[in-house]
Amino acid sequence: MTDLHISELRKSYDGTPVLDGLDLDVPSGRLVAVLGPSGCGKTTMLRIIAGFLHADAGRVELGGRTVVGPGVHVAPERRGVGIVAQEGALFPHLSVARNVAFGLTGLSRAERAARTAEMLELVGLAGHGERMPHELSGGQQQRVALARALAPRPALVLLDEPFNALDSALRAGVRADVRDALHATGATAVLVTHDQQEALSTADLVAVVRNGRVAQSGTPEEVYRSPVDSWVAAFVGDAVVLPATVAEGRARTCVGTVPVAGGGKGPGSVLLRPEQLRLVDPEAAAVSGVVRDICFYGHDSVVSLDLEGAPGPVEVRHPGPVVVRPGELAGVEVVGEGLLREADRAEDALA
Amino acid sequence: MTATLRPAGASAPAGRRRARRRPPAVLAVPATLAAALALLPLGYLAVRALENGPGYAWDVLAAERTVELLARSLGLTATVVTLCLLLGVSLAWLTVRTALPAPRLWTVLATLPLAVPSYVAAFAWVSALPGLAGFTGATLALTLACFPYVYLPTAAALRRVDPAQEEAARSLGLGAWRVFARITLPQLRPAAAGGGLLVALYVLSDFGAVSIMRYETFTRAIHTSYRASFDRTPAAVLSCLLVVLTVLLVVGENRSRGRAGHARTGSGTARPPLRLGLGRWTAPALAWCTAVAAAAVAFPLATLGYWIAVGNSATWEPGRLWDAVQNTVTVAGLGALATVLLALPVGVIAARYRGRTARLLEQAAYAGHALPGITVALALVFFSVRYAYPLYQQLPLLVVAYVVLFLPLAVSATRSAVLQAPPVLEDAARSLGRRPLQVLREVTVPLAAPGVAAGAALTFVVIMKELPATLLLRPTGMDTLATRLWAETTVSAYAAAAPYAAALILVAAVPAYLLGRHRS
Repeated sequence: MTDLHISELRKSYDGTPVLDGLDLDVPSGRLVAVLGPSGCGKTTMLRIIAGFLHADAGRVELGGRTVVGPGVHVAPERRGVGIVAQEGALFPHLSVARNVAFGLTGLSRAERAARTAEMLELVGLAGHGERMPHELSGGQQQRVALARALAPRPALVLLDEPFNALDSALRAGVRADVRDALHATGATAVLVTHDQQEALSTADLVAVVRNGRVAQSGTPEEVYRSPVDSWVAAFVGDAVVLPATVAEGRARTCVGTVPVAGGGKGPGSVLLRPEQLRLVDPEAAAVSGVVRDICFYGHDSVVSLDLEGAPGPVEVRHPGPVVVRPGELAGVEVVGEGLLREADRAEDALA
Repeated sequence: MTATLRPAGASAPAGRRRARRRPPAVLAVPATLAAALALLPLGYLAVRALENGPGYAWDVLAAERTVELLARSLGLTATVVTLCLLLGVSLAWLTVRTALPAPRLWTVLATLPLAVPSYVAAFAWVSALPGLAGFTGATLALTLACFPYVYLPTAAALRRVDPAQEEAARSLGLGAWRVFARITLPQLRPAAAGGGLLVALYVLSDFGAVSIMRYETFTRAIHTSYRASFDRTPAAVLSCLLVVLTVLLVVGENRSRGRAGHARTGSGTARPPLRLGLGRWTAPALAWCTAVAAAAVAFPLATLGYWIAVGNSATWEPGRLWDAVQNTVTVAGLGALATVLLALPVGVIAARYRGRTARLLEQAAYAGHALPGITVALALVFFSVRYAYPLYQQLPLLVVAYVVLFLPLAVSATRSAVLQAPPVLEDAARSLGRRPLQVLREVTVPLAAPGVAAGAALTFVVIMKELPATLLLRPTGMDTLATRLWAETTVSAYAAAAPYAAALILVAAVPAYLLGRHRS
């Protein structure tokens, strides 16, 4: 399989830039999630990689071969790029088996049948070959779409928000199946999504896109734990931003003193994740506040507290049962390190 | 007129970004030819009307007779539209929203008049009650033939009204009738108005029913003036005026369509509508539905049955009927073939391309929608007599007239058929290694073919019913079912006309069935 290298990709519609010098590297055999809000250019990028759109400028290399570049635009059918569209886009007039076999050319009939069966087996749909697409559930259709894309052994698989049309109960299961199938074939894949949970849980690497460029890329862990700025921090998860005074690797905040990475001195703000805050007995705690509201999610609860010195209610993600009630006093403590941010960024993250 | 089949301004499911702007020459060239053909009659009529100077054209326009014709045509149109709204909306409400017994039966009966061409209805009424000829008869025949154009969209809109809105209004203290007036009726207005405009277009363009009822309107006057005089300017001027009226109606109808699209609420399946108990109004409601069904369906069929029963060997000529059937099938087959072939490039462009060229081509192809058959026929007669005399009263010219008249129908069928293969499927096929032409063969064509075939069948059937253009342009001595019916009726040979009328109803039942299925 092959690596994908994108540099300085540009595209405008009617003078409005959609891709503004986007760079992205996907190592061979990895699944990268391109995460961004709608309109950030991620779908445009996907369609340029597939060859359905022409880029204004920039370069796309697939396994060392330039498919997009100055004066170069390889036709979609010559790129060996498989695509799984939002709602599967199965050919409604062909059976499941014929859909999967669609891209298998230059093989004998027996080889084609074998490969089709193998692919259906891979996505857990062995024996469904004679069905028509409309006889399948949404999740099954998506898995057939993946089998169809993988069957010709593409250099790269593109997944365009493939789980959007599925209801949430089904989504996690199909997501895991798709990831397993991709890993089993060793395919390099790009998953485009606006769902941060999907990106973090499914992908090996995450690239956060904002305004047509990659704002940050790294492992899900890196992007979540060390976001490059407050916008990325707030986009990949819930964030608590607190004003702080920093000195010697420690920040003094309204929830107490928090260790922070890196240097820095003077006033600033500190970013914490809600799960880094813990509810404790107010008698024993150094800091306490009044419980304003409790949202119960089953696996945990989010408790918002009014703390002295905080610019707004502070959210605490508390595992297990919550013993306090709204209006009562609760103590808070911080687990782990905070992330240091300059004050002006903190403002728009809270907004 | 089957114009209602045009999809309601539906836009391609593909995002704006995906649509390509400029169609390739292999599509653009034939599409331009089709568009030019569609615009030819319009342009030539204007040229012909002004040929003897604008002063003369103005004299014809300002003549007392023209003003009188205008008043008669518009009066008939207004009356028929009003009555159609009354019939269509009341039946829609009764069948969809009340606990009327056997709603399905009444739904079918309210759609069936589409299978009775208006000139057949006129024939049935005038042959049974000759005293009806004139305004009353024309109104009756046209109303009973046209009210389904209001009934179908209104019933569909009623089914779409979210019952939750009405429940909310009830919970806010409104009674059932006030809920209907303040919540339901306003949501029906776009659908009913669109239907009403279609009826108006039909009435203004109608030639057969008014001629059989001997009621002088524009279409009939144009025909008479063309037949009776060597001076063709009056006929051309009147045609231009009529086209102006019909174009205004089409523009209005398109606008009302746009609004109707926006009035639709949220996605998801709404619950089935609440049905209002009729109580002691059940009997009057049933009587009303029965009366309409009797007048619109039972009476024409019974009259036909009667005339066929009293016919004898002198009136019943199987040989001539068979000839007419063969001729009808031949001209309709050629017409449908030519129309669909020319509609294909336009339909593909309309479905897949954006931008000015694409829009212009599509709109030009829809010109025939606003052109009454008699005006198209007249324009082609004038044109061929002057520039292509060998074609005058020859089959090719008749086929051209059918193309102009029914291109809109075939284009809309092709367009929606091509949309059956959304661009994302073509993208998928390309990513799986197919070249553009292979994609066309393996994905687009197989998906679009059934829709295009259905469009072709519909065009075929609609051409079989066509009267005014066939009457003027058919080769000498060649008769179709419609022209035979017309000829026999104008000389009051009703028993001789009946078999042709029966054959036409059988033919017309096909699009009525398709339309009913399409709407439900």
